[in-house]
Amino acid sequence: MSEVRYTDQHEWIRLDGEEATVGITKYAAESLGDVVFVELPASGKTVAAGGEAAVVESVKAASDIYAPAGGTVTGANGVLEKEPSKVNEDPEGAGWFFKMKLNDKAEFAKLMDATAYGKFVESL
Amino acid sequence: MTIASEILRRTPLHALHLELGGKMVPFAGYEMPVQYPAGILKEHLHTRDSCGLFDVSHMGQAFLAGDTAKLERITPADVAGLKEGMQRYGLLLTPAGTIKDDFMFSRLAGESDLYLVVNADTKEGDFAYIAESLKGAATLTTKPDRALLALQGPLAEEVLERHSPGISQLTFMKVVRATIAGAPAIVSRTGYTGEDGFEISLEGTDVERVARLLLNENEVLPIGLGARDSLRLEAGLCLYGHDIDETRNPAQANLMWSVGKRRKEARDFPGAAETLGGTPAILRVGIRPEGRAPAREGTEITDKQGRVIGKITSGGFGPSLNAPVAMGYVESAFAADGTPVDLLVRGKPMPAVIAPTPFVPHRYRRPQK
Repeated sequence: MSEVRYTDQHEWIRLDGEEATVGITKYAAESLGDVVFVELPASGKTVAAGGEAAVVESVKAASDIYAPAGGTVTGANGVLEKEPSKVNEDPEGAGWFFKMKLNDKAEFAKLMDATAYGKFVESL
Repeated sequence: MTIASEILRRTPLHALHLELGGKMVPFAGYEMPVQYPAGILKEHLHTRDSCGLFDVSHMGQAFLAGDTAKLERITPADVAGLKEGMQRYGLLLTPAGTIKDDFMFSRLAGESDLYLVVNADTKEGDFAYIAESLKGAATLTTKPDRALLALQGPLAEEVLERHSPGISQLTFMKVVRATIAGAPAIVSRTGYTGEDGFEISLEGTDVERVARLLLNENEVLPIGLGARDSLRLEAGLCLYGHDIDETRNPAQANLMWSVGKRRKEARDFPGAAETLGGTPAILRVGIRPEGRAPAREGTEITDKQGRVIGKITSGGFGPSLNAPVAMGYVESAFAADGTPVDLLVRGKPMPAVIAPTPFVPHRYRRPQK
């Protein structure tokens, strides 16, 4: 069973066994508006929890995507380089950004679950 | 980010923006729609393909009465030579000859006053400066209760003609008093998107009714500030406070076309010696990044050896080109079209080339020869 957690910077992270997938939430995608460019991390890049991992640009502005937990990037969603609009169409599915191997699953467990994130978004 | 303590002003269309689902943001002291539910990309493309309606009521409108030619004290444009029924683009200059603002001025048929439109962010300062500079010669009356709409795109003419029969006779840069569905208006065949279109000045009390009538037409979508910015950038048009400001003169800004021929010969405007003193050290240019990553305002421009030669002043994504576009200032040795440069995006050099503007050809309705 995979589990999904969320950050207060509006990333989601899904853990399937040893590998985690990271993207931005529907709320983040709607706030950004039309995504026109995505810069993805290279495989092998190490990222700290909360560290800059990718960049997403809408027509208006550039935003950093932070790693929800520390670890090593194992792959990226190359489709987004040609079709950045996938981020708007399906932010929590086909619009994923990168996959990573976590250093410490405890960092994952500390993040918000769907209910907590839902409440967090409502409070904004 | 919204600054909570800022008291934002509203245009007469504020309630309509909310009703249309406008995403409201602070801009030039006003609460304005950056986009509607369609989103910036669709709004941009719709304006190029069909017709978009923009609320630009935050801009400053005024009438200048008296010896209006004295406006030439603070603009290098040819004011005295402006014919009746015509509008013109001008730069407002500081005493040192740098750019205080850009503005439009019109001479309506049969009227002695000049009608002025200045930028929203600078209007208070502009109006005070104009009034002070023309003291004893001309009197400025501001019109804070007037609203301003822009109807832009290839179908704008067809749409407006339905509500103001005969308006299609107006050609590019012409201006006329007309009525739109009974409301008195000043209509000019101008805009800031590069497309054909109109700017429509109305009493604030009439603007909502007129805006609703226009939006009710199948061709028309409401367009926010986001698409207004991407449209004007593709059209190679300057945004005051970004591409031009009080640190630049008309020559550096590559806006010498707005300096009247007579004025160039007479050298009788602020900073004329400097502005007319030959090739400036830096020049405003268009820039096409080669990849897909947009290079934003503030991005450093380097030569191919990595030496910084300039900076981007406006940059983003051009939806009609499906590619990033930018403008900025570079040392004039690098200003020729086709010159390869690098842009330092997030610390990494990204190849780009100096390119002619407009990036998307203007499609103004010029009179048939």
